[in-house]
Amino acid sequence: MTRAVVTGNQAAGHALVAAGEANRAARGCGGGGYPITPQTEIIENVMAARFSKGNFTAVESEHSAMAVCIGTSLAGARSFTASSSNGLLYMTENVFAAGLARLPIVMAVANRTVGPPWNIWADHGDSLALRDAPWLQLYCDSHQDLVDTILLAFRVAEDPRVLLPVMVTEDGFLLSHTSMVVDLPPQDLVDAYLPPLDLALRMRADHPRTYGQIMSPRETQRHREEIQAAMERVPEVLEEAGAEFAHVFGRRPRGAFEAEHTADADTVLIAAGTTVSTLRRVVEERRSAGEKIGFVQLKLFRPFLRDELAQAIGAARRVAVLDRDHSSGSGGIMWNEIATSLRERPDVLLQGYIVGLGGGEVDPPLIDLVLDDFAGRERSQAPIFFPRLVT
Amino acid sequence: MATTLPAPDTAPRPHLLRPDSTNCPGCAMSVGLQWLDEALGAATPTLVVPACCAAVTPGAFPASAYSVPTVATTFASAAAVATGIARVRELNGEADPTICWAGDGGTYDIGLATLSAAAERNEDVLYICYDNEIYGNTGGQRSSATPRGAKTSTTPRGKVEAKKDIMAIMAAHRLPYAATLSLAHRDDFLRKIRLALGMTGFRFLLMLSPCPAGWKSDPAESVELVRLAVACGLFPLYEVFDGERYRVNARPDGTPLDDYLRRQGRFRTVAPSMDELRAQVDREWARLDELARVFPATD
Ligand SMILES: Cc1ncc(C[n+]2csc(CCOP(=O)(O)OP(=O)(O)O)c2C)c(N)n1
Ligand code: SF4
Ligand SMILES: [Mg+2]
Repeated sequence: MTRAVVTGNQAAGHALVAAGEANRAARGCGGGGYPITPQTEIIENVMAARFSKGNFTAVESEHSAMAVCIGTSLAGARSFTASSSNGLLYMTENVFAAGLARLPIVMAVANRTVGPPWNIWADHGDSLALRDAPWLQLYCDSHQDLVDTILLAFRVAEDPRVLLPVMVTEDGFLLSHTSMVVDLPPQDLVDAYLPPLDLALRMRADHPRTYGQIMSPRETQRHREEIQAAMERVPEVLEEAGAEFAHVFGRRPRGAFEAEHTADADTVLIAAGTTVSTLRRVVEERRSAGEKIGFVQLKLFRPFLRDELAQAIGAARRVAVLDRDHSSGSGGIMWNEIATSLRERPDVLLQGYIVGLGGGEVDPPLIDLVLDDFAGRERSQAPIFFPRLVT
Repeated sequence: MATTLPAPDTAPRPHLLRPDSTNCPGCAMSVGLQWLDEALGAATPTLVVPACCAAVTPGAFPASAYSVPTVATTFASAAAVATGIARVRELNGEADPTICWAGDGGTYDIGLATLSAAAERNEDVLYICYDNEIYGNTGGQRSSATPRGAKTSTTPRGKVEAKKDIMAIMAAHRLPYAATLSLAHRDDFLRKIRLALGMTGFRFLLMLSPCPAGWKSDPAESVELVRLAVACGLFPLYEVFDGERYRVNARPDGTPLDDYLRRQGRFRTVAPSMDELRAQVDREWARLDELARVFPATD
């Protein structure tokens, strides 16, 4: 392993490039990219790479960036890109098209608030707006988590049992522009982890097929059912890919949900992204003071593993979800999923909080305020925004 | 799940457009595909087709009237998807062409930025626009390729604006080759496609594509309409090399504009003023002749 001090974007760029390079014995790698803060450095890193067999196209829009990925992937190359915020929304049509075509593209996302009004800082509303697309979504909480998850993502995406694209996200600026010591896996280990991609259904002259033509209602429903079935195979594939990762790299990547201190907890907090590292600290402190509190990192958002989530909270009767996103007229997007997951636990008091919108600080004092509020509640209510600006 | 493929098919490639396409009777695009097939010879192209009538042409999954690898892309994406395909094929030493087959909507309108960017990057793609001057697939709305005066479902009183000069836009990219294609000039049509196929880089071909459904014309007259459009000067046949050197392939022969217009219902109720239209056609020809005189194609 090479230990290096790198930013989140450099870490993501390294992982994408290594994964692309690992396909040099097969059909190579490719994709298209377009700049947007805070992910820009990722595609700059990819553009700067000298692949043995691959090239990356600087295009005129995110819509075309994903279109190029669709082309390179259809032609059988390992394909990837990166984006953020309005770039993701601009790309949306082709994000759906890539998933519907079952192309194992990996996209790094530096989460950023959608505008205008313009705001370049982190919240998860951008990638979560794409939650209904046929893509896996994994939210990372640290630089190392990001590198590991990107490599893992290729392995899962390309598994014939899955064959779906994957988004791997980092919080904009909080990870993308801060530096940490990271283990950057050397090429030979990445080669060992990511076998040459052999896409059985790639475009080829000797097996002419028409992709994306008109489909009847019956075939369309079947197609969606197949995607759902592939999503349902993700846990087993993720598990295997994690075990193989540990075998090759000597450390275990994070799973779908990482529960800490939930075994004896009365109160459990759930969050995704960098909020998790803050929770970790607050929870450690409160536990030293004798509180029975734990937390769950929501790592895999698509597919959403409802039963596993219900298990992850253990016997806790009080659960607070900290969403860094807002679904207008509904509330927290993650809270919604968790509420469905806990439908057979009427004994649980579930409260949604919306924090850190537009890059607002989610620091230990804010978590303390949330926990103080939560401690005083006997009934849940509509999602509460924190900090409380309107009284 | 893992898919086992049958043994590769080594028989000669079937016709690019097999029977049972969904195209309307008399659709000029069907003829264009047949001639494209002829020009290709043994080569097996990859077709990239954005949303348009040609995306419906193959019929419904799992059967397909296209016999070559084809991808139906989102409306604005053909040139970018083709970019990805062409680049990976090049990485793998595969020489067969990557061809976009796109309507005017996906070319002049929603796909213009994508097309422009691919041309600017000089991707190794042959882009053919079959121009029926209308959004045929959605039932006949205006596009920026619709000529002045034409009635469409969104220009019920006739289109006020002139047709966009896409050839000038493409030439401004200084791309290796751009040319117009006429279904009434078979040798010229095949020669241009073969010439384009022999080149690398971005190549753009514009085919006037009569659409009986949208033009309210006789399905038996589609090729005749192209002949008249060329003869009256409305659709100039020419080539542009490197975006700079021009060659005119056929000149107007004095055929009255009305011979072309009156055969089409779209011009019937709101026919454009003949004097104005004649003046416009003459201006366009003066410009084209001057370009060909000052910047002639020598080869
Ligand atoms: C983003 C998007 N907007 C609108 C449509 C609907 N649509 C499909 S084809 C089409 C018109 C196509 O016109 P053209 O490119 O000229 O091809 P033609 O149908 O005439 O062959 C439209 C508007 C779409 N598929 N995607
Ligand atoms: S609507 Fe026009 S272009 Fe489309 S298939 Fe029919 S005739 Fe051809
Ligand atoms: Mg059209």
